[in-house]
Formats: sequence, C-alpha cells, structure tokens
Amino acid sequence: MPTRRRALFVIAVLLAAAVLSMGGALMVGSYAVSPADVLARLLGNGEGGGGDVVLGLRLPRALAAFACGGLLALAGALMQVLLRNPLADPYVLGVSGGAAVGALAAMLFSLPLIFVHGGAFAGALAAMLTVFGLARGDGSWTQSRLLLTGVIVAAGCGAAVALILSIAPEQKLHSMLFWLMGDLSHAGSPWPALVVAAIGLALVMPLARDLNLLARGDLVASTLGVKVRSLRAAVYALGSLLTAVAVTTTGSVGFIGLVVPHLVRLAIGNDQRVLLPAATLAGGALLVVADTLARTVIAPQQLPVGVLTALLGVPVFLYLLSRQPKGGRE
Amino acid sequence: MLEVRDLAAAIGGRTLVSCLDLKLDAGERLAILGRNGAGKTTLLHTLAGLRAPLAGEVRLCGEQMSALAPRRLAQLRGVLLQQQIDAFPASVLETALIGRHPWLERWAWESTADARAARQALAAVGLAELELRDVHTLSGGERQRLAVATLLTQAPRLALLDEPLSHLDLNHQIAVLELLARRTRDDGMGLVMVMHDINLARRYADRALLLFGDGSAQCGPVAEILDAPTLSRLYGHPLRRIDAGGSDYFIPE
Repeated sequence: MPTRRRALFVIAVLLAAAVLSMGGALMVGSYAVSPADVLARLLGNGEGGGGDVVLGLRLPRALAAFACGGLLALAGALMQVLLRNPLADPYVLGVSGGAAVGALAAMLFSLPLIFVHGGAFAGALAAMLTVFGLARGDGSWTQSRLLLTGVIVAAGCGAAVALILSIAPEQKLHSMLFWLMGDLSHAGSPWPALVVAAIGLALVMPLARDLNLLARGDLVASTLGVKVRSLRAAVYALGSLLTAVAVTTTGSVGFIGLVVPHLVRLAIGNDQRVLLPAATLAGGALLVVADTLARTVIAPQQLPVGVLTALLGVPVFLYLLSRQPKGGRE
Repeated sequence: MLEVRDLAAAIGGRTLVSCLDLKLDAGERLAILGRNGAGKTTLLHTLAGLRAPLAGEVRLCGEQMSALAPRRLAQLRGVLLQQQIDAFPASVLETALIGRHPWLERWAWESTADARAARQALAAVGLAELELRDVHTLSGGERQRLAVATLLTQAPRLALLDEPLSHLDLNHQIAVLELLARRTRDDGMGLVMVMHDINLARRYADRALLLFGDGSAQCGPVAEILDAPTLSRLYGHPLRRIDAGGSDYFIPE
C-alpha cells in the first residue's frame, strides 16, 4: 500500500543523489577542483582561477543538464500515462521533431544562437498544436488517434530534418548533428528550464492521484470521479510544453524520457504521487552524470550528451523490454 | 434512489432505448437482459452518467445526474465495467484501493481505515491472500472478483454492474451474487446488473428490464415478466420452462 512516509524516503534518497551528481559535475574536468574548493566557491569565498570554471562554466551547464533531465523524465512519465503505454516517450507525439525543424532551419540560415533556441521552441509548439488540433478531430480524442497523429507529424518532421541536412553546407553539419543528438555546450542560461521544471511539477502533483486512475483507463477514471477530458488535455499540453522547453535548451537528448520513468516504476511502482517527483529528480541526476561523462571521457574533445544517454539507455531498455510479460499475463 | 423519466439512448445513430421510465428504490435489485447489441451496456452507462442521454432525464438520490459534480457522483454510484485495463503493473491491494479515490481529499493519502475497507472487500471475494500479487498475474476470474472488490471498496449507494459474472466459475458466480444480495439487503444499496443467465437473474433480482433492441423495453417483477414466450421473443430463440420441484428454470430448446 502506498504511504506518504515511503514516498518522502524515496524523494530524500533521490535528492541526495541529485546533490551528489551536481557535486561531481562541479569537481570533475580538465581542471580538477577539490570538494572543499567547490563548496568554498559556491559560498562565494574561494580564491584563485577555479572560481570561473566552477561558477561560470560548470554550474550553469550542470544546472541546465539537471533541469532538462528532469523535464524530459517528467514529460515522459506524463506521456506514458496519457497514452497508457509504458513504452511511450516525450518525443513520440512529434514535439522534438518540430523543434528540430525549427532549430536546424535557423542554423541553415546562419542565424544567431537565440534564433536557434527560438526556432526550436516555435517548432515544438507548432508540432504540438498540430497534433492537438488534428487528434481532437470529431472530439473523440481516442488513444490510437492521438498516437497516430503524433507519429505521423513526427515522421513528417523527420523528413524535413533529413531535407535540411542534405542541403546544408558541410561546415554546418557538425553543429546540426550535435543539436539532433542533444548537446549541452550551448545550453545558455539554465534558469528558464529550472523554473519551468519546478512549475510543471507543482502543477501536476495535485493531479497525481487522478493520473493514477487515468492510467487504468478513461472509463474507470470517470466512474471514480475524474474529469477525464479536461485532465487529458491538461496533461497533453503540459507534457508537450515541458518537452519543448527541454529540447529548446539542449536539443533532443534521447532515452531519458523513456527509460527514467520506466526504471523508477520498476523500483517503486506506478503511484504517480511518488513516480512524478522521483522521475524528475532521477532524470535530472542522470543527465548531469551523463553530461559530466560526455565532457570528460575523451577530453579535451566533447561528446554530445545524447550519444551517452543512448549508449546507456538502449541496453537498459532492451533488458526491460525482454522482461515485459507477453500478452498481459505471465 | 434512481429515477429515470422518458429516457432515450442511442449509439452510432441507432436508438436502442426510448421512452423508458424506471424507478429503483434502495435495497432493490434490477437485472437488465437482452441480446448482444441490444443496448444493455449503453443503457447502463447512461444510468451511470458516463454518457449523456439522447432525451429524458436520470435522477440519482433526488438530484439531476448531469448536475452532480463528478466526485459527488462517484460517491453515490459505482460501476463495474465490462473490461478492466491494466496497462501498468499494480498490486491487488492498490487496485482495490482506487475505490477510495472519490472519498479522499486532494492531498490525502489512503488511511489505515481505507486499507481496512479494501482488505475487507478483498476477503469478501476470496482474494485476501493475493493482496500483494501483481494484477498481471491474476486469472480472468480473479481479476473480475478484484473489480467487484474495488466496487465494494468504493461503497456506493447505487451499484451498476456490467456482466458481473463474466469469467467466473460456478461457485464464484453464486458467491458474488450472494455477496451483492447481502449488501443490498443490509446496507440498502441499489443494484443494477446486466446479465446473460436468465435463471440466476430470476433468483438474484427482484425485477427484470428486458431490452428488445428496437427501442422497446419491458420491465416487471421477475416472477411475472420472465416467461417462455417473452424470453423466446427477447433472444430470438425458443426457450422452454422446466419445473424442478417448486422452482422454475428456463432452458434453450
């Protein structure tokens, strides 16, 4: 039986993991900083050249990684409930595809970085509104209709991305590929993503028990007093917006939104009251670790963080998939 | 408790029920009988407020159903659906506990009293030992009994059940019907069941509502309304009445 005490324990453990991952990210790199030094810098009383590295470079990047990992994991958990499918991810309804078209188009025309971010966000919103408008159609809002519309929009965006890549001049391809795989080196300010992650979590937590019921089917949820239509619309809009903010900040980092909610569910069950905050923290911590690895394993060269999350995510996911009971019963 | 006036219900442009008047008192049991596609589930969902009626009105405990807030409605009436969807893993106890949802405040977690209610319901349907099992590992009959337990945990004033006996073996069919009969008698719960077994309907319902699928319906006490000619017309297949020492049974020819 789910209890509040157990939920608080899980959250406390994951908070500690998040703090540890951040500490690691601030210490590790081509210029190593001791834990005591990191602490001194954060408190604003250290000396020497390490301060710029810790506060100016590593802290914003680690915070951006934490925020985006959290956003993606939370959005993934919401999409899995919305589509009632544990294998759904935040990108399945085309949000990242739209963002990719916007961002790559901005890069193609050599627009400044702000336009790349702006294009990504506009593209994500456009994809989201398209799917939302089309999937409602006759007002039935069925599961398969939503999923199909999303998949088709995503496929269309994929074709547009391929088109842009094939006509782009060679010197731009590298940064485009990095964007597509997800990369934190141009993340910019972490604060918008952090604030959105916090607001998003604060908005869904009061709905968490309703979401538990939604995961068991629209009809069951309505028989137990959930306003299904408005809840579904809200979850879709919020999940898409969170994803849009994440991909705008870091590009389409894969697998966090798919694997993290899944892993957390395996560990603590499917009670959304625990799952949603736990997935947010775990996703954040995981992306911080992955990004720290991405900039250190073959330093001084940097890897796009999406490559690492995919390399870690694919085997984990295949393992989970092979454990799924077939046909509903074991 | 439940009052239906001049009700019409349709699905896919086909009117299945029209001009239906019905009244169900506390502690009364009604069986809905009819062929496949005659509109039994559509009517049940309309009575439950899950779909809007084409015409007419449904009143529950004196209030217009469409005017009731969803949460209040869920405290008053419970529904056993024809199918249970388990997309995600969940334990048997957690699944029974969702019945408490309409009774919990927004930030409240299930209390020990809620857990006690769920465990009592699980024990009543014979699932007490399975409370920690994943629902995916249950058999069809066990899953069906779990759905009944969830409904009992919800403790509604009016229970609407869509084929409560599906997947159940003989002894559990009787056990579930006895359990529901006890709840109606002791707690004054109103009971509406969509059924396929005429003989069990005759034994465990006070009245029967026959849906002929063309918009017409007949309702009356089971002893009066369930006779061979009417049932033969209802199912489009001849039935014969057998007298077995004081109680009557219907068998298909």
